[in-house]
Amino acid sequence: MPSAIYAEGLVKSFGDVRALDGVDLDVPEGTVLGLLGPNGAGKTTTVRCLTTLLRPDRGRAVVAGIDVLKQPDAVRRSIGLSGQFAAVDEYLTGRENLQMVGQLYQMRAKAAKERAAELLEQFHLTDAADRPTKTYSGGMRRRLDLAAALVVSPPVMFMDEPTTGLDPRNRQQLWEVIKQLVSGGTTLLLTTQYLEEADHLAHEIAVVDHGRVIAQGTSDQLKARTGGERVEVVVHEREHIQAAAEVLTGFGKGEVTVEDHMRKLTAPVTGGAKLLAEVIRELDTRGIEIDDIGLRRPTLDDVFLSLTGHVAEVKDEENGKGAVQ
Amino acid sequence: MSAISDSAVIARRNLIRMGRIPEMLIFGLIQPIMFVVLFTYVFGGSIQVGSSNSTQAYREFLMAGIFAQTVTFATAGAGAGIADDMHKGLIDRFRSLPMARGAVLTGRTIADLVQTALTLVVLAVVAVIVGWRTHENFGKVLAGFALLLLFGYAFSWIGALIGLSVRTPEAATSGGLIWLFPLTFISNAFVDANLMPSFLRHIAEWNPFSAVVQACRELFGNLPPGFETPDAWPMQHPVWASLIWSVVIILVFRTLAVRKYRRATG
Repeated sequence: MPSAIYAEGLVKSFGDVRALDGVDLDVPEGTVLGLLGPNGAGKTTTVRCLTTLLRPDRGRAVVAGIDVLKQPDAVRRSIGLSGQFAAVDEYLTGRENLQMVGQLYQMRAKAAKERAAELLEQFHLTDAADRPTKTYSGGMRRRLDLAAALVVSPPVMFMDEPTTGLDPRNRQQLWEVIKQLVSGGTTLLLTTQYLEEADHLAHEIAVVDHGRVIAQGTSDQLKARTGGERVEVVVHEREHIQAAAEVLTGFGKGEVTVEDHMRKLTAPVTGGAKLLAEVIRELDTRGIEIDDIGLRRPTLDDVFLSLTGHVAEVKDEENGKGAVQ
Repeated sequence: MSAISDSAVIARRNLIRMGRIPEMLIFGLIQPIMFVVLFTYVFGGSIQVGSSNSTQAYREFLMAGIFAQTVTFATAGAGAGIADDMHKGLIDRFRSLPMARGAVLTGRTIADLVQTALTLVVLAVVAVIVGWRTHENFGKVLAGFALLLLFGYAFSWIGALIGLSVRTPEAATSGGLIWLFPLTFISNAFVDANLMPSFLRHIAEWNPFSAVVQACRELFGNLPPGFETPDAWPMQHPVWASLIWSVVIILVFRTLAVRKYRRATG
């Protein structure tokens, strides 16, 4: 499949801070790439470079088959951008905002008006269409922002942390909208700090840290890199820890880790649910009482931790916003 | 072509905003009205212009100065508006769209021009109420107002550049205002510059602001009796001087502002 988004060795510095340190990306047409990483990792800067908002110091980028650095205007006609700060005019109504964006995409006034009405309908904003957007809730503003990015149904979309700050219900709603969009064949690059979100929406995930892509693959591939599944046991009494560890060593494929104060033991295994049943039976036979047992597959949190050596904490750092330096 | 239509779309956006935040327009009006009233009644009887120190002569002399000051004070509004826009997510949206690059700024300055025109209409009515009269034909009076609008438009490009150069809208407001005080006071706007010490007088005579004020006084027929027009070229040819200054300011500051806007894109 041809690439819809391609980047090679993108470098961007802000003063002494190297925001991008050689980012390579390749997103095939019609797929979703999740760019995952903590704040300050370079996600937003990457999106800004790919959407012509920022000129990289070095590197090459091609979006929708067009060279981003050589023909930024042509790229702008083929992309839609939805940012982490809902980019709508708060004093304009939802309808006026969409109409304005349509006209700036060089649609005629009448066509822009019709398209605005269509999008308002599609995003369930018709009732609020003629109210200034400052009266909108956070979720409504995000939906409007997303609608604005879709005015010309661009083949390539960029969404920078589309659900940051939304409550779970609104997040869920937005996910549905995004899934619908992608099923229509749009290529999407999505940044997120939420591992769950990347897992949910993206075909492939690129993990970014310190301005580099440190790992890329499907969610399952990344999880496999971290190690397979594990059995986790919490025993009822402290004195049973030793005995339980012996059982797990027998079934496990590696070292058993013990968290003494939690009375919790973890061991890497293969064999899934069948093996779990055997472990339970064996523990029972030996009279080891358990509070909890489960088969645990690695989460993207584990992936991030094992790849970067730190959890995906939210650091409050500059993330390449700086419109005016 | 898209440069014109895009600017119109952005101008419309700013005018809609203006209608929804009418206090901006209202506050913009209070200050010049205050100046008209204060200067007319407080200084009116004690400032000599030309050979006259009649209240009526000063009143008519004063108005061109207040009008010109009002149009230049719109600078601060343009700057604050653009500084505000630059720090909102909306500017990223604009910059990711296939629109003419200067349109965000041009649209803003056009909206400011409309606001300035509205302000001038209200101000002219207040001026007539306190006794301002013109003594030339309607065409000339209109030409005077057109000149004021052109000059104000030129200054809104200075405001745009200031707005792009500062970090906050507040800084753009104060940065847009401070230098306007010496500019508008070291001029012929409020006093007869012939009575200034010679050093200041020269500055006042070559001040672009004075050219506009002088041109309006001529076009309105508001030169006081016994007024000696200074020999400096801009005072002798104030309409031409105003046109030249306005065009030069637009060319220079528009170029700088658009370049700065583009550079802000990284």
